[in-house]
Amino acid sequence: MSEKKFSKKHEWILLNGDVATVGITKHATELLGDIVFVEVPEQGKQVERDGQAAVVESTKAASDVYSPVSGEIIEGNKNIVEDPSSVNSDPEGDSWFFKIKVKDKAEIETLMSKNEYDKFIEENPS
Amino acid sequence: METQKTALYDYHKTLGAKFVSFAGYEMPIQYKEGIIKEHLFTRTNAGFFDVSHMGQFFLEGDLTLTEALEKLIPADLKSLKLHHSKYSFLLNQDGGIIDDLIITKTPEGFSIILNAACKENDVKEISKFLSKEHKSYFKNDYSLIALQGPKSAQVLEKIINGVSKLKFMTGDNFIFNDSNLFITRSGYTGEDGFEISIPNNKVVKLVDLLILNKVEPVGLGARDTLRLEAGLCLYGHELNEKINPIEANLNWAIAKKRKNEGGFNGWEKIKKSIQHGSEKTRVGILSLEKIIAREKTKIFSNDGQEIGLVTSGTFGPSVKAPVAMGYINSKYSKIGTKVKLEVRGKKYGAEITQLPFYKKNYIK
Repeated sequence: MSEKKFSKKHEWILLNGDVATVGITKHATELLGDIVFVEVPEQGKQVERDGQAAVVESTKAASDVYSPVSGEIIEGNKNIVEDPSSVNSDPEGDSWFFKIKVKDKAEIETLMSKNEYDKFIEENPS
Repeated sequence: METQKTALYDYHKTLGAKFVSFAGYEMPIQYKEGIIKEHLFTRTNAGFFDVSHMGQFFLEGDLTLTEALEKLIPADLKSLKLHHSKYSFLLNQDGGIIDDLIITKTPEGFSIILNAACKENDVKEISKFLSKEHKSYFKNDYSLIALQGPKSAQVLEKIINGVSKLKFMTGDNFIFNDSNLFITRSGYTGEDGFEISIPNNKVVKLVDLLILNKVEPVGLGARDTLRLEAGLCLYGHELNEKINPIEANLNWAIAKKRKNEGGFNGWEKIKKSIQHGSEKTRVGILSLEKIIAREKTKIFSNDGQEIGLVTSGTFGPSVKAPVAMGYINSKYSKIGTKVKLEVRGKKYGAEITQLPFYKKNYIK
């Protein structure tokens, strides 16, 4: 398994073989506030890099979740649809959004490392 | 315009507030606990809200003042007893709502609590009807603290003796820390509670005592979810200058006597709306699916016609469902009517429902 990478839109991605797991960052959940509904993509859906893949609704607003890479959705996480608040409590662990079969692994290399992302959110707090 | 801060700004910071710019003020949108917990805490215990951005406007004068105000406020101000309050509004000549407000009779005249975003314009509109003998001013050196929730009375009674005797929509003067406070029993959450007008230099002391008595801070975020569950209007969303009180389902807030006698801004148009019904009506909308219809969401009839727009929508933490209010073609306003909400290009089922979503617990 490779290293976790981060997008400027506050998604994390972790590649394992050909399939990557995608979720939203702790920082994203802090910006969103209490999450009350989540929509995850259907299996088989084709998504483009930076294309809209899921939706997260908090008490404040609805926000799109984008896919940091192109590919085909393998699975949307039904558990977070059942219990949206779990995204607030464990965003970078069990409460991932979807698994995607990655089309071009090189796309992942262009994303930020943990250190780079931490620096990015420090400079761009909201 | 420079962003303004309330006297509690630094205090909010120490409580871990996240701020948002609202009506020219830096106001706490939430604290550490977050909107849902703050909301639920208010419904089960007691929360305090800094609402010092709202205008505390005072008017002094004799019967001619009362008559002047009745030209644009459709409450029965002549019969309003000392320290009694009414919910009402400022009306323009078309019967549109310039602002909604709480007006209280004082020994010298009246005090009016005005929405922060509207208060400067409100004063211009009110002043059109005033004459030289009438005095008017904002109490800018006073903060306004709302204490809301079922435990409000028992907590505040410990700090300020006698407040629990106040009846809903009445107020009185109390002494706190050698200062005079004016406290009304009222609120904007659907819960029992108080609004406390207190000198800026005493407000920290009061809030310290509230926190000592296990009251928690609640931000504007939860204030919005609370008022929406309680079916209460928010100016700029449910109410504006193009909406009249009949459309807004606020006929109850126009005094019967004023409806018999007329003689206020927009009465002819409002009378027509009462007699013939209004084309659109404010309604509550309960989403039947897991989506939130936010402001500007289009409402459709089951046969596909566009019949209205959502004005406020969120997740109701106490009713545990998405709740919304909006304006709908009156033909479809009957409770139980099935409608569709268009969210992200898809239509979802919803139902016109009774307001409030959450039942009130006021002390009468």
